[in-house]
Amino acid sequence: MLEIKNLHVKLEEEDKVILKGVDLKIGSGEVHAIMGPNGSGKSTLSYVLSGKGGYEVTEGSAMLEGVELLDMEPEARAAAGLFLAFQYPVEIPGVGNMTFLRTAVNAQRKARGEEEISAGDFLKLVREKAKALKIDAEMMKRPVNVGFSGGEKKRNEILQMAMLEPKMCILDETDSGLDVDAMKLVSEGVNALRDAGRSFLVITHYQRLLDHIKPDVVHIMADGRIVKTGGPELALEVEQNGYADILAEVV
Amino acid sequence: MAQLQKQAQEKTDALAARLGSLDLAAGGFAPAARKAALARLESMGLPGRRDEYWRYTDPAVFNAETASESAPLIVEKPIFTDKDKVRLVFVDGVFDAAASDKPELAGVEITLLSQAGAQDIHWASALYGTLEAAGQKPVPRPFAALNTAAATEGLLIRVTGTAPKPIHISYRQNSTTSDPILHHCIKVESGAELTLLETGITGARSNIVMEAQVEAGGKLHHIRPQGRSHGKQLLTHIFARLAENTLFKSFTLSMNGRLTRNEAVIEFTGDDAVAHVAGACVGDGAFHHDDTVFVTHDAERCESRQVFKKVLKNGAVGVFQGKILVKAGAQKTDGYQISQSLLLDDDSQFLAKPELEIYADDVICSHGSTSGAIDETALFYLQSRGVEKRVAQTLLVLAFLAEAIAEIEDETLAEEIRERMEDWLHRHERA
Repeated sequence: MLEIKNLHVKLEEEDKVILKGVDLKIGSGEVHAIMGPNGSGKSTLSYVLSGKGGYEVTEGSAMLEGVELLDMEPEARAAAGLFLAFQYPVEIPGVGNMTFLRTAVNAQRKARGEEEISAGDFLKLVREKAKALKIDAEMMKRPVNVGFSGGEKKRNEILQMAMLEPKMCILDETDSGLDVDAMKLVSEGVNALRDAGRSFLVITHYQRLLDHIKPDVVHIMADGRIVKTGGPELALEVEQNGYADILAEVV
Repeated sequence: MAQLQKQAQEKTDALAARLGSLDLAAGGFAPAARKAALARLESMGLPGRRDEYWRYTDPAVFNAETASESAPLIVEKPIFTDKDKVRLVFVDGVFDAAASDKPELAGVEITLLSQAGAQDIHWASALYGTLEAAGQKPVPRPFAALNTAAATEGLLIRVTGTAPKPIHISYRQNSTTSDPILHHCIKVESGAELTLLETGITGARSNIVMEAQVEAGGKLHHIRPQGRSHGKQLLTHIFARLAENTLFKSFTLSMNGRLTRNEAVIEFTGDDAVAHVAGACVGDGAFHHDDTVFVTHDAERCESRQVFKKVLKNGAVGVFQGKILVKAGAQKTDGYQISQSLLLDDDSQFLAKPELEIYADDVICSHGSTSGAIDETALFYLQSRGVEKRVAQTLLVLAFLAEAIAEIEDETLAEEIRERMEDWLHRHERA
């Protein structure tokens, strides 16, 4: 599904190198988790993959189903099937949540040469998916993420993911700012989307999210590289001993 | 000394030339008010760049003897449906009876200014030029005085109950050099209510004044999408005087135009009244748009809101001069003023001069003015969901303008305005 090779990235404005040769391969239907200390480059990786400005790729590639992502505009990456659930979902005053979602769904359909979804079908689909995430009609009427609680924002991200049905989902610290119940709700939303044709990359600091979203593979990232890869037990090890031991071992 | 004399002489000559092009001898309705207005104009002279309220906008176009040529003629589909409205059409400032509905249908008193001379319309004689004259202090508005002195046409509208339908003044331009001077007087009597729509292009160069007097408990809704024409030179003044418990809401949409200046002069004379003046404008290229607003609170517990939003690109210029004056004794005044611009490139400019002058001690007044670019984070968020960059920009621009459009109470009219704006933005996405 996603294959990242020797990815080097620096900040555009300054000479600060953040990713120093990331290699990662995620198969179809797999769930991978990336853990790592603050500043290791986890969020940068998610931004670079989704096409945020301000970064310069100096070396390497990232292919989604054999197509180079790094040459594409962000909207083209989305249409190709990439989705990033933001760590800090953006508030957009003046744009209704429903309008936003419908514009996004239809934009992707258009980019793929499909017909726009009818208003009736769209409404039906949104209601069904929103209900599962306990998102009420009032939240859909409000401007995108404006006045939403931390939990509501994250649920709104998952709703977008459910509506857009991407192939490759990146979850950037989706557990941050969530209480136990909200984390459960969000995880259920994610698990409902798990499918043989859909892969996930879950970025998190803590093992607890991985109790709910069970990964197939866990990577540890440090200083711009993936330094260790293992099974779910690796996350438990981090939880118990912290990163220090693992990092010491690698160095 | 000689220099000063020379300047004074030039000013006198310029005014004489400007007046020379007008048909003042024709007299017309309210001759005494016209004569007084001419005297006011002669004592003020025409404005220049040295005048405080003309520093950001060059008045030369309006000072010129005649209109410079403006090809109008972007054919626009009507912004509002004609359903349930009474339409009155002016072509280059001349009333077109054939294209208009019968004024009697409006269920309110409507008289054409050009036909009012022979009639004794008491309320209109009392109103014509009165609010304009009062609005000359403390800021002189020479072109409004010129309008009172020389207006050739306009509507005198008096409402005594709830007007059954909105009155739609539909302007059209056929001539590339038309130079209309229109003067409307609106009287909303106690407890009455009127919705007044003004749409379209008034002329190549236009000077439009509206004096509106709203009596106790009256309501006046005013919605004005100013038609699109790249070359238009448009100067408008609204003078509104509001008695107790009244509501006045005015919204203006401007798209394109070489030079537009919309002035609003609002005066609260009765307690517990509400006035909202809002404007949304989008300009691309050779576009200069000026909103100049003066709100005087001279009564207690009145609420005023000024909401002005401008979207500027390719060197377009936006100006906002807004003032709230709270006189001594105007306690519990609630005054709000916001002017914001969205600059879509480095070539565009926004010049803002917000002013508060407060002589009462128990009031809430706030003002804010900002200039900014498109929010890159929001743009990326939309793109990351698959929305094309240009479409995402349009969405964000509309979101920026939403606060001004929200000032339109009627949801159908607001939606029609929003759609018109969206059409314009989509057309300009690639530019």
